[in-house]
Amino acid sequence: MCLGIPGKIIAINDANLLMATVDISGVTREVNISCVASKPLEKLIGSYALIHVGFAMALIDEHEANRTLEILKNFGMASEMLQGTQNVNLADKHQEDLGEHHEIR
Amino acid sequence: MRYVDEFRNPQAAQWLLSKITKISEEIDRTGDNPISIMEICGGHTHSIFRYGLDQLMPTSVEFIHGPGCPVCILPKNRIDECIKLAEHPKVIFTTFGDVMRVPGTLKSLDQAKAEGADIRMVYSPLDALVIARSNPDKEVVFLGLGFETTTPSTALSIQIASREALGNFSVFCNHITLPSSIKALLDDPFITLDGFIGPGHVSMVIGTHPYDFIAKEYGKPIVVAGFEPLDLLQSLLMVLEQIRDRRTEVENQYTRVVPEHGNPLSLAAINEVYELRPKFQRSRPNEIEINRLSIRKNYRAYDAEEKFVINSDVDRHSVTAEPDGCACKLVIMGRAKPTECPKFGLSCTPEIPLNALMVSSEGVCAAYWKYSRMREIKVSI
Amino acid sequence: MSIEDLTNLPSELITMAHGSGGKATRKLIEDIFTSAFQPDGLEDQARLSNTALNAPGVQLALTTDSFVVDPIEFPGGDIGKISVCGTVNDLAVGGAQPLWLSAAFILEEGCEIALLRRIVASMSKEAYLAGVRIVTGDTKVVGRGYADKVFITTSGVGIIPPQRRLNSENIRPGDVVIVNGVLGNHGATILASRDNLALSTNLVSDCASLGHLMEAALNAAPDLRTARDLTRGGLASALNEITHDTAFGIEIEEELVPLHQEVSGICEILGLDPLYLANEGRLVLFVPEDQAESTLKAMRSIEVGKGSRVIGRVVANHPGVVTIKTMYGGNRIVDTHIGEQLPRIC
Repeated sequence: MCLGIPGKIIAINDANLLMATVDISGVTREVNISCVASKPLEKLIGSYALIHVGFAMALIDEHEANRTLEILKNFGMASEMLQGTQNVNLADKHQEDLGEHHEIR
Repeated sequence: MRYVDEFRNPQAAQWLLSKITKISEEIDRTGDNPISIMEICGGHTHSIFRYGLDQLMPTSVEFIHGPGCPVCILPKNRIDECIKLAEHPKVIFTTFGDVMRVPGTLKSLDQAKAEGADIRMVYSPLDALVIARSNPDKEVVFLGLGFETTTPSTALSIQIASREALGNFSVFCNHITLPSSIKALLDDPFITLDGFIGPGHVSMVIGTHPYDFIAKEYGKPIVVAGFEPLDLLQSLLMVLEQIRDRRTEVENQYTRVVPEHGNPLSLAAINEVYELRPKFQRSRPNEIEINRLSIRKNYRAYDAEEKFVINSDVDRHSVTAEPDGCACKLVIMGRAKPTECPKFGLSCTPEIPLNALMVSSEGVCAAYWKYSRMREIKVSI
Repeated sequence: MSIEDLTNLPSELITMAHGSGGKATRKLIEDIFTSAFQPDGLEDQARLSNTALNAPGVQLALTTDSFVVDPIEFPGGDIGKISVCGTVNDLAVGGAQPLWLSAAFILEEGCEIALLRRIVASMSKEAYLAGVRIVTGDTKVVGRGYADKVFITTSGVGIIPPQRRLNSENIRPGDVVIVNGVLGNHGATILASRDNLALSTNLVSDCASLGHLMEAALNAAPDLRTARDLTRGGLASALNEITHDTAFGIEIEEELVPLHQEVSGICEILGLDPLYLANEGRLVLFVPEDQAESTLKAMRSIEVGKGSRVIGRVVANHPGVVTIKTMYGGNRIVDTHIGEQLPRIC
């Protein structure tokens, strides 16, 4: 349950009503920031929050995110030594197509 | 960092998968008696199917899909009440899209809308507030639905309405609490689970301690997980490591979003506005117990049940009034696979669903209908 | 109030008088429609001649489509542009060279005439770009609330050259599946343009005529099997329609399906699957593998085909079933959707 997606807080629109604009992959929407208003509001600008049904529900902790990614990276280095490279598929064959359009996700 | 793509890296997924395979071999179980891991949250079920992770598992590891779909455990009589509210000539009924096609006793909200009821799908309860402000001569009812992830948003919306004295806004509360449903599962003597993948977004509100009883009292490992493919795979790996090492702990893979003690601001909003709904009757045996919430007296002016005098007995224990011959309850509890239900695919399909499990995007039956054929298919690329 | 007064109301709104068949109707038609479309005569009948019709083996193609869209104007287009593109594309993907269109309007009482002018101008421009002529039409007015500003029905006639027979029965395992660019921009733009979701984007609709693109592809791929324009229901619905009741299946790859970042964003926010989002300027082509490179090259030389790419192939393994390979190597079935996709929270 509970579709949530990271969005970047880009502006505080109303400090009294605790409304802010977030950017999610280039799409913007006004959200309520009551649940993350634990520090001075201007300090929220630039932070990422987990957005659910129009509310910023939690600030995303960059340090923790990096720590998780670091663990994953270590897995990678360990398994690469064991396994070597990945299997080849159609995706690789058309890799040249992928590179040339900046619009691609 | 955008906190999305980084956690979707296919190569890291391959690394994790090879590690998962290795550890599952160390646990020494076979396909006849697989290691059963339940993902409690329907969002995880959705991600698993969406990214095809179920097919990448070694044969000795099996995902069991849990009860974490709030639409699926909404009793049918509550849908009927929604329709009654929506058909009230003064009411604009606002809701998330998820419930539109869920069948009530006679019809769904979708059908009621076609018959003329003013039903509007919104993305946020804030949007329902906007509709209320611009329609002062109408009563705007919002269907409050979901676990602790969503509960703060409706609590805050009620508080906003209260501050503005927005008298024509109310919430029809059908919120439920998640930990209670896990306890019910664990008390079921028929179920054999080796561990849990815990719900990430519920936990960002309530923290990880509400799951302590799972590890301590029931001796099962649980790892709170994020929703991206790497989050899920890493969490699965962490559960497997606990099983291999015979540890039973509450671990948190989703630390970037989930603080140990949850979000005090969200919890305060929930506690200010909601309370546990009283029990109507005694629990029937072998039935999942779910704690349902209702709006406190202080906010009764924003409670649609008070405003429109709804007193359908919401039995705190009843999962859903399932149609005759269906196996919805067993499926929700992870005791039966959808394909074991006599109605599955015959009289119950996404086109003509008998119950929410076949409709909701997180419904196990809908997911099975859509994806289980995949098992019989041999792909070439 | 005289008819002249009625047609010169300061706010310039459509009134019931514009549908009466009298002077107001005639003035509206002359002012707005015939001045823009310039059909040959003013009779209720277009008389069409074309030398290509005399060639042996030529077939006529006829198609019709009705257009309703909310909002009626959106970034990248409006109902007028769609009503031309949609019908042109229906003809083009069937292998026809689109030539003539008819256009019938249902106008709601109270619709702004300025809006109607903009819509008609955009139809006229798009028809010019697509190389078709709007040769006949009709207008009716209904009372307020009985339509949403403007509904348009266009029919189109094109000619199919001899020996050109596009048909899904021609498809063979091994054929490649090509699309002409990022998917779902139209559907996502429309969703974001509706006030109720309060989303802002820089997206524009992909709305475009595909006649020239189809001709280029057909010239480059003599054995082009068949094509479909991707409209409502998106790529998923088009692929399912093609495989339905056939002896082949289709396998596409998630990694190869092109998406604009903001379309992905909207899908993440609302819990939608981009494969089902509507398009108005996208098509899917099936060509033999050995003609894929030349087809792509020809398509990419045309503006609306710049983003053309292979997204998958036809297989014999699972007749009637479309699958997508995820970035992780798992596969899932891409089924036909039940009804419209609804924004969800779960």
